[in-house]
Amino acid sequence: MKYAYYPGCSLSSTGIEYDMSTKKVAKSLGIELWEIPEWNCCGASSAHLTDHLLALALPARNLAIAEAEGLDVAIPCAACYARCKATEVEVKNSQEMKKTISEVIEREYAGKTQARALLDVFVNDLGLDSISALVNKPLKDIKVASYYGCLLVRPPRLGFDDPEDPQSMDQLIKALGGTPVEWAFKTECCGAAHATTKSDVGFSMIEKILTAAKEAGADCIATACPLCMNNLDMRQSQVEAKFGKNYGLPVFYFTQLIGLALGLNPEELGVNKHFVNALGLVKKLLEAEGRRDTA
Amino acid sequence: MKRVGVFICHCGSNIAAAVDCEKVAENAKSFPGVAFSTDYKYMCAEPGQDLIKKAIKEHKLDRIVVASCSPRMHEPTFRRCIESGGLNPYLLEMANIREHCSWVHPDDKERATFKATELVRMAVAKVLKNEPLDKSTIPITKRALVIGGGIAGIQAALDIANAGHIVDVVEKEPSIGGRMAQIDKTFPTLDCSACILTPKMVEVANHPNVNLITYSEIEKVEGYVGNFDVTIRKKARSVDMKACTGCGTCYQKCPSKVPSEFEMEMMDRKAIYTPFPQAIPNKPVIDRENCRYFKTGKCGVCQKVCPTNAVDFTQEDELVTERYGAIVVATGFDLFDESVYGEYGYGKYKDVITGLHFERLINASGPTMGKIKRPSDGKIPKNVVFIKCVGSRDEVKGKAYCSKTCCMYTAKHATLVREKIKDSNVYVFYMDVRTPGKGYDEFYTRTTDQFGAKYIRGRVSKIYEKGDKLIVRGEDTLLGRPVEVEADMVVLATAMVAKSDAAKLAQMIGFSYDQNHFYTEAHPKLAPVETHTAGVYLAGACQGPKDIPDSVAQASAAAVKVCGLLSKEEMPTEPIISAVDEAICAGCGMCVPVCPYKAIDMKVIQERVHGKTISRKVATVNSGLCQGCGACTVACRSAALNLKHFTNEQILAEVDALCL
Amino acid sequence: MERIELTAALAQGQELLAEVTRESGVRASKCYQCGKCSAGCPVAFAMDKTPREIMRLLQLGLMDEALQSHTIWLCACCDTCSTRCPREVDIARVMETLRIIAKKKGYVAEKKMDLFHDLFLKSVEKHGRVHEMGLILGFNISGMQPLKDAHFGPSMLLKGKLSPLPHTIKDNGEVKKIFANVRKRGGKV
Ligand SMILES: Cc1cc2nc3c(=O)[nH]c(=O)nc-3n(C[C@H](O)[C@H](O)[C@H](O)COP(=O)(O)OP(=O)(O)OC[C@H]3O[C@@H](n4cnc5c(N)ncnc54)[C@H](O)[C@@H]3O)c2cc1C
Ligand code: SF4
Ligand code: SF4
Ligand code: SF4
Ligand code: SF4
Repeated sequence: MKYAYYPGCSLSSTGIEYDMSTKKVAKSLGIELWEIPEWNCCGASSAHLTDHLLALALPARNLAIAEAEGLDVAIPCAACYARCKATEVEVKNSQEMKKTISEVIEREYAGKTQARALLDVFVNDLGLDSISALVNKPLKDIKVASYYGCLLVRPPRLGFDDPEDPQSMDQLIKALGGTPVEWAFKTECCGAAHATTKSDVGFSMIEKILTAAKEAGADCIATACPLCMNNLDMRQSQVEAKFGKNYGLPVFYFTQLIGLALGLNPEELGVNKHFVNALGLVKKLLEAEGRRDTA
Repeated sequence: MKRVGVFICHCGSNIAAAVDCEKVAENAKSFPGVAFSTDYKYMCAEPGQDLIKKAIKEHKLDRIVVASCSPRMHEPTFRRCIESGGLNPYLLEMANIREHCSWVHPDDKERATFKATELVRMAVAKVLKNEPLDKSTIPITKRALVIGGGIAGIQAALDIANAGHIVDVVEKEPSIGGRMAQIDKTFPTLDCSACILTPKMVEVANHPNVNLITYSEIEKVEGYVGNFDVTIRKKARSVDMKACTGCGTCYQKCPSKVPSEFEMEMMDRKAIYTPFPQAIPNKPVIDRENCRYFKTGKCGVCQKVCPTNAVDFTQEDELVTERYGAIVVATGFDLFDESVYGEYGYGKYKDVITGLHFERLINASGPTMGKIKRPSDGKIPKNVVFIKCVGSRDEVKGKAYCSKTCCMYTAKHATLVREKIKDSNVYVFYMDVRTPGKGYDEFYTRTTDQFGAKYIRGRVSKIYEKGDKLIVRGEDTLLGRPVEVEADMVVLATAMVAKSDAAKLAQMIGFSYDQNHFYTEAHPKLAPVETHTAGVYLAGACQGPKDIPDSVAQASAAAVKVCGLLSKEEMPTEPIISAVDEAICAGCGMCVPVCPYKAIDMKVIQERVHGKTISRKVATVNSGLCQGCGACTVACRSAALNLKHFTNEQILAEVDALCL
Repeated sequence: MERIELTAALAQGQELLAEVTRESGVRASKCYQCGKCSAGCPVAFAMDKTPREIMRLLQLGLMDEALQSHTIWLCACCDTCSTRCPREVDIARVMETLRIIAKKKGYVAEKKMDLFHDLFLKSVEKHGRVHEMGLILGFNISGMQPLKDAHFGPSMLLKGKLSPLPHTIKDNGEVKKIFANVRKRGGKV
């Protein structure tokens, strides 16, 4: 199994642990990732708020490079994935757009290479059975709120999972031995850049999600997006201060959870790089494991 | 020499404004075969018809062309007219110079006049080739079949029976009654549904002219108007109807519990059961899929306890074939499956129920004895939310149409909650309130004004559970603000949809249905209870969402049509049907599967060729079944099939007139 | 409240509405004003007009009011509305289109949010990638809040999450060309 790999800008800075864990886990699971050489930023929401053509052209360059290589692209960041998918679909469905895009990026892109969410690749291409077969430190007794965010499963019909009550991450958590909690905010938007640009609004949006996860009895949140991670993890203390709450909810990339269940070293997965202490939970997990082993 | 008369109608100014009718009449005089040509303001009016009749006599006309409106409108009129003028009615041809000419070319009189002239030229060429045709007759079987024993079927059966005809009612379920039996009270008067339905059920069961055939389905339909041969599968009840007294001992003792369909699975029934206490017939059936005896071979408790020894495990399905003159289809509706709405929880929240669940919750003989309790924990809900148009008016996840009844039944439910739970709050999320009907809008006004239900204009976007509450999010579009309700129970007014097997039944009988699988009436305004298939009529919600008053009215209307048909000994048949030229039929059989009315069979004929008798296969058209659609004539590679009145020769004459 | 003269409004809005329809592929007349979009919108609480009201303004040709609203800037592009609309109105796309037009016309109700996206794209054009450190610093300085979020800086650096210097991709000329080509085709970036 080989994919082109498009990490996106966040994964080389604020989301570095997503990149680390993705690479580690992919290797352990036998997925070969070929990082697109000298990939460029997909433009994220900024391009798409500014100019439609630019928003299609920026991702198209990366897709074109992968297409020349004959590979589909695995994309960890939900925002990048959404932009790349939109480009793929628009180019695939319109000869005219295909021509325009090729002219603008000065490369050929025919819409053949597919943009794939990393979660989709793990769950649907590799398969839960292959993953669970390799689990040796199951996430026993850990209740996880799977947070897909808004972009991963939308727009409907294009996505790989249900847009209202997606299941792939929950199934993955189960395959890792953990317990997904039932909650209604799986796809509620966290506000993306709002926390930076319009913080009162952004914080309110984050607050609702954290509160819902807490109320659902989660020990932690799993995410597939570095923007969501920033909002839920880095901003958590600010939101706690603003709303007078105390969540203490560690947030993990789903790749980190896979890594932990496979028994990889937490530091190699970047678990120490979070703002809300996640190592505590990991330690508890390992201790419980130890107790089970000795018992 | 054939002598054609041409009559150009002005249709007031409908035609004359765009077409120079006088000129067309003048032009027609030069067409081959035309002996007389004139124009007149209203051909269909009495003086116009007299004009035609007089001209037939005076000018010895033997064929007539009328150029006017669509033949769909007035062909029968002019056929009758020339018939009373002494001609065979099929020696008439119409040129449609209104819909096909004046209405579509209102601005170019010269060219419209030219086109009208050409249309008349074609009609003249065709009428010269027309042959006199005679209607034949077929006998009518004086027995009617009603499929479906809901309120519509019951009403149709009673009306037909009261007119003195024999009716069989075939009902799929173990009891008649349909949805109305599940409903508690009925809008707009709030009278108890059972109180008005049960007497009708009893009446129809006891009527000497009615046969109830319950727990049965239609297996096959052959034949045609006046003579339908219908095969009915009587499913094995496993209970001998003659011996059973309906004492109920069996279902008290039966150990197998099954969620009751009638109670919307909020209560159990037994494997041997009657769907509800007032069922008719009030004799049980065994649901073999869930019966312990049929599953494991052990049990037989019912058989042991039955005082009359009526339980019979060896019964088998029985097929009976009966001939009917007419059929009324009254198979009703199903409810939309609300579990497609992920935003409303995909059907997984226990306290999000449908209107029909609510009807059972509020019914004195229902699972909660008429106390409104929510399904999850039996608590009496204080804040109740109703959501309308769920699955209706939603082209993305549901149906584009309005289900017509839910506005009213939701108002009814809202009223009942406020009446039964004094300290309750009721919120109704709606897009429109549609209450056209006698006393309906007044009922709705009372719901808000006297009963204090809060109507909020907006579609709900999300429902989710929070503790033991349901959070309902909508927009109050009149305020332009997002709103939220912490509800204890949510009731969805789900769309009325066609039965899942609706299409199958329609195909079996041979009539049409729409994209939503509701049955199609022959004309949306002028023939609302007929289908395109003669002798098959529609009643109730199988034709489209309808409430009880509309269903009953339509049922009575269908009954009148049936009675009209059955009141005659025999009926004329349309002579415009297909005919086989046996001499050139190659016997290939291509036409047989093409005919949508199953009117073509193959038969073997004997003939002498070079002094030897040989037998070969040829097609034959059943004149009772053929509807004259012409599909076979195109399929036939040897051109052996010809549709009378539209023969290849006749059509080519028209084409030649236009093109040569 | 000011009375709207509908005929004049409709006539005035005609051209812009046609542009919105063309660019977004959405006919405003499809919307039947049910409010489901606004009911599910996670940002509606902060908007001055609900997304449904934006659709209504378009239907009546009140384009300026729509373009000057904060709503179009506050929209987080989450697609919740489009996913649930029973009339298949892609409202998220309408919001995007309105924002682009608003910007062209100089109606920017949320200057700060707009600034963020400008800086973001500048960074992309310059380096081919976004330099998050530069972006946050730039944004907070231009937004006159130089110290906002500053406390994250040191720990970010420590965790290896922010690099003080931007990474510029080798083929950056290509990205610059993409920007240039888009501009050549009338793109306002
Ligand atoms: C929640 C709710 C509340 C309502 N409240 C009211 C109210 O207060 N007032 C009002 O006027 N209307 C009300 N209605 C509408 C009312 O239910 C319908 O108008 C009425 O039931 C239509 O009657 P019907 O006979 O056409 O169909 P149904 O009641 O559906 O009866 C059809 C019958 O045909 C049988 N059948 C189906 N297919 C076959 C087959 N293939 N072969 C043999 N038999 C078959 C079925 O088993 C059933 O017995 C309500 C509807 C709902 C959903
Ligand atoms: S016990 Fe026998 S008689 Fe009584 S209801 Fe059952 S089958 Fe009929
Ligand atoms: S009757 Fe009322 S509730 Fe039902 S679909 Fe029509 S408008 Fe909606
Ligand atoms: S959900 Fe769709 S139809 Fe309803 S108000 Fe919004 S845009 Fe209009
Ligand atoms: S896309 Fe924008 S308008 Fe639509 S729901 Fe999300 S934030 Fe609201």
